[in-house]
Amino acid sequence: MIGEGIQSTNQRKHSYVQDRVEVGFFTDPSVCIGCKACEVACKEWNEVPDDGFTWSGNSYDNTGHLGASTWRHVMFLEQDRQKGNQVTGPMGLRNPQSEIYNPQSDDPFRWVFVSDVCKHCEEAGCLEACPTGSIVRTEVGSVLVQNDVCNGCGYCVVSCPFGVIDRRPEPLPDAGGAFKCTFCYDRQKSGLVPACAKVCPTESIVFGRLDDLRVRASERVKHLQESGYSDAQLYDPRETSVRGIHAFFLILGEPEAYGLPPKPQIPTIYLKSAWTSAFATAIASIIAALVAFAFFS
Amino acid sequence: MTNEPQSEKRLEELREQAWKDGVVTDKGVDVAGGPIPRKPGYYGQPVVKPPVWTWEVPLYFFMGGLAGMSAVIASGAIIFHHVDLARAAMWLAAIAGAILSPVLLIMDLGRPRLFLNMLRVFKHRSAMSMGAWILSLFGACAVPGLIALELHAHQIFAGNLDQFLRVAADLFIFGSAIFGTLLATYTGVLIGATAIPAWFLHRTLLPIHFGTAGLGSAAAVLELLGHRIPALNFLGFYAAAVESALLIWLSVDKHGVADRAIHEHGSGWLIRIGEVLNGPLAIVLRLFGQVPFAAVSFLIGALVSRFGWIAVGKVSGSDPEAVFASQK
Repeated sequence: MIGEGIQSTNQRKHSYVQDRVEVGFFTDPSVCIGCKACEVACKEWNEVPDDGFTWSGNSYDNTGHLGASTWRHVMFLEQDRQKGNQVTGPMGLRNPQSEIYNPQSDDPFRWVFVSDVCKHCEEAGCLEACPTGSIVRTEVGSVLVQNDVCNGCGYCVVSCPFGVIDRRPEPLPDAGGAFKCTFCYDRQKSGLVPACAKVCPTESIVFGRLDDLRVRASERVKHLQESGYSDAQLYDPRETSVRGIHAFFLILGEPEAYGLPPKPQIPTIYLKSAWTSAFATAIASIIAALVAFAFFS
Repeated sequence: MTNEPQSEKRLEELREQAWKDGVVTDKGVDVAGGPIPRKPGYYGQPVVKPPVWTWEVPLYFFMGGLAGMSAVIASGAIIFHHVDLARAAMWLAAIAGAILSPVLLIMDLGRPRLFLNMLRVFKHRSAMSMGAWILSLFGACAVPGLIALELHAHQIFAGNLDQFLRVAADLFIFGSAIFGTLLATYTGVLIGATAIPAWFLHRTLLPIHFGTAGLGSAAAVLELLGHRIPALNFLGFYAAAVESALLIWLSVDKHGVADRAIHEHGSGWLIRIGEVLNGPLAIVLRLFGQVPFAAVSFLIGALVSRFGWIAVGKVSGSDPEAVFASQK
């Protein structure tokens, strides 16, 4: 928390890896200032290559989306909705002298910044899908891609319910492999905090023990709701087959506006019906072949 | 300024009103590139990632289905003493399944040199891992099966060794048939158990389609190679009938926005063209005795629909509204 100085969980050294403590990120857009320091720190520390300088025209977001070379992504939402108890003047062609003018009119506008990241699912689609065993679960509960093992089959890409992991295209360095946020596993092993949380100037990204963070997040949601942020909620899908995420978000409004799936499911839940159908087809094909030769020869 | 004539007209109306009344109380128009996003989700960005797979994968689906089901036909032919047909079918299984399929799969990898890492682990919860093992075991059965069959057919050895080769050929060919049925159908599980809406919504249909298309393709290729026997004609009818039923299923079992990639866009056309070619058209051509044309129609249909399903995945995976709709 701000004011804790070096005692903040974002700053102090820890031994979570050695103690096998589950850790997480709590990202709180209500204090994010959209500085993108997390994006920069992530790229710097992890030596993630640049994947092109393009202008999107979507607010101040020229990053676009998470991918093989974007492990932190600050989103800029511009919505015609109320933010807390803010007072907005009317936009557009209105005459302030007119009696129709109302400073608290129905022309609300809000700007929301939130830093997106790999969710490190409790039940991870990418980890289950990986045929090489390249993707593993670490001691702190995060999901890690071992770059030297990955052969770039691309199956994790379509198995992630959040569209996080991707295969890095040519001609970038280390092309062909699948990449995503490592939760700075290398830093954590040495007792350091992930780079994005370390640099976050407002502690919008909070790193810490998962159980502590969940308590902290629900308190924050309650506090915001009491302060007029009526649409503040926690995005942590624990009721779905993903069974919760290790990097959860406080969001204002609906998850869809953030490009977050409202009910993410791990694709392995579809295996049973698909394999049943496959086995039935296999048996039917064998029977058809036997019938063909037995009765039509 | 806006890009749309409609908005431009609305602006004109507002200007008129402002000129007349001195004040405008109505809401204006969305300016092109204006601040409030009107695209679904977050600036229309995909929610899940579309597949990165290129042409190798749908072609592999086709080859794998062809090879796997050839081994099934070879087994039937062995049991009912069609030795020449069995030999042709096993050559087909070995070339398509043990050579072309692995080559295509390796070509598609981002790091082809590390293809052997596929066999580092055995994960029954990963259809890709299961597929790698199924393909390996299929090749490990089909190639020795073909060699033993050919040695036996050419009477290279005599006596007990020849008898041993005959038994070995039978066992290996039956083994390749078992793994072959899985090789032809697991690809449907592979794309059915993903986060792509148009794929997972049809996870029951996909293995039936891929497996049956494989069986029909194997019969069609063998017929084109000159094995015009009633048994293969029956299998051609069976496969085309099942594909026709799937065409009806697909047009009835619609999920609206969630699987619109199957019914709209170029991807939808690929699916439809493929299904018509290997369903109704193949049946009609067979009924009129045009077996070679029916075989060609089925093969093209099976190939086109494999490309269609990958195209559907790319469209559906890039469509945020489809993901939201599938989770309603």
